Amino acid sequence: MPTVKFSVNGTSHSIDTDPLRRLLDVLREDLKLTGVKEGCGEGECGACSVLKDGVLVNSCMIPMGTCEGSEIITPEGLRETDQGKTIIDAYGESGAVQCGFCTPGMMMATEALLRKNPSPSEDEAREALSGNLCRCTGYDMIIDGVLKAAERGKGLW
Amino acid sequence: MVDSYRPLSLKEALELRAEKGALPFAGGTDLMVRYRYESGAIPEYPKPIMFVNHLDELRPIRRVDHGLSIGAAATMTEVLESDEVPEILKEAVVTIAAPGLRNAATLAGNICNASPAGDSICALYALDAGVKLQSRQGERILPIYQFISGPGKTDLHADELLTEIIVPHNRATTHFFKKVGTRRANALSKLSLSGVARISGDRLDEIRIAIGAVAPTVVRSIELEKRMEGRSISEVAGIAEEILRDYDTLVQPIDDQRSTAEYRKRVAMNLLRHFLLGIVLQQQGA
Repeated sequence: MPTVKFSVNGTSHSIDTDPLRRLLDVLREDLKLTGVKEGCGEGECGACSVLKDGVLVNSCMIPMGTCEGSEIITPEGLRETDQGKTIIDAYGESGAVQCGFCTPGMMMATEALLRKNPSPSEDEAREALSGNLCRCTGYDMIIDGVLKAAERGKGLW
Repeated sequence: MVDSYRPLSLKEALELRAEKGALPFAGGTDLMVRYRYESGAIPEYPKPIMFVNHLDELRPIRRVDHGLSIGAAATMTEVLESDEVPEILKEAVVTIAAPGLRNAATLAGNICNASPAGDSICALYALDAGVKLQSRQGERILPIYQFISGPGKTDLHADELLTEIIVPHNRATTHFFKKVGTRRANALSKLSLSGVARISGDRLDEIRIAIGAVAPTVVRSIELEKRMEGRSISEVAGIAEEILRDYDTLVQPIDDQRSTAEYRKRVAMNLLRHFLLGIVLQQQGA
């Protein structure tokens, strides 16, 4: 089996794996990073969102063969940062979390947005999270959380 | 389980394509879904896979003599962020999927997938785009309307790779793109329409119209475009109803899980009427 060298949340890994295996499965099964969720498995729901080399991707769509040398950030990495803590607090205060299954992916999309655009409008926030489905909250409170994180975290991104 | 390769150059990729018949894998957003059968299982591809999205030769979006070249591995996000890309193409691309998928998906993949509902394809028809196809033997350039031959069918030879999308210099003075889908994000098109026109004084110098998801391939009629080109706006107004009737015979949609033939036909013709009568013919004196 070929070896893929990549880093996850700042730690280097060498994984012997079929290059067609999904990044999602390596993160959850090999590295036990279960903050990454599998929802639809076909790129529609965003629950498996991670940052790959700084951009938001659906890890269910990413085979390991495209991860050589990549730097991956998962929800477990994000939550240890000041930015991640700001997003978590803002979501909590906004009532943005109900069952919580979509939340890690929503937060990854929020981080990706704020890295590009630290002061988004409501429309920009909705566009940035448009690939993430939530079946509980109706989205408004999640968008409130994104905008609150941007406001609280001024200067962080 | 199939073999997979990660070529380090375009040359090596063309060798793998010729010798192993390897299936090019760029963003993977279609391939990871089409051959998936069970959560966590390796997708069952019919041929060996070769990853090409990292190849430097396939990444740039750059100006060339006759227009713009978009590398086959450039992501849709890179297309949206480029200052060089015509606005109508950006308007089409931003309706595709959502940011996470656009960070991986490519125009070349959308083209090679050859769905009649491919949103970037519809805009590329209206821009008169071409595709560069390379093999070990050389290269050829085909207009996109010749390259795509049917639903899911293209003229890509077994040893070829689509390496670039060529968008001729765009001199349109007005454009229109509309996608009709069930929701704004992550929806496949019920239908789409792209139109560009160049008007100088009161003359329609150039017009191109493409309608997606209403026939086995995107509908574009060079003959009908030529009938309008070079005429004054008032002359075009005089033949507009006749032109619309002729387009009506070309719009032959089907019923499927996303929409009905009747809905597609009516909305496509309304959008076409809006573009022609409501936009192009209102430009007089511009």
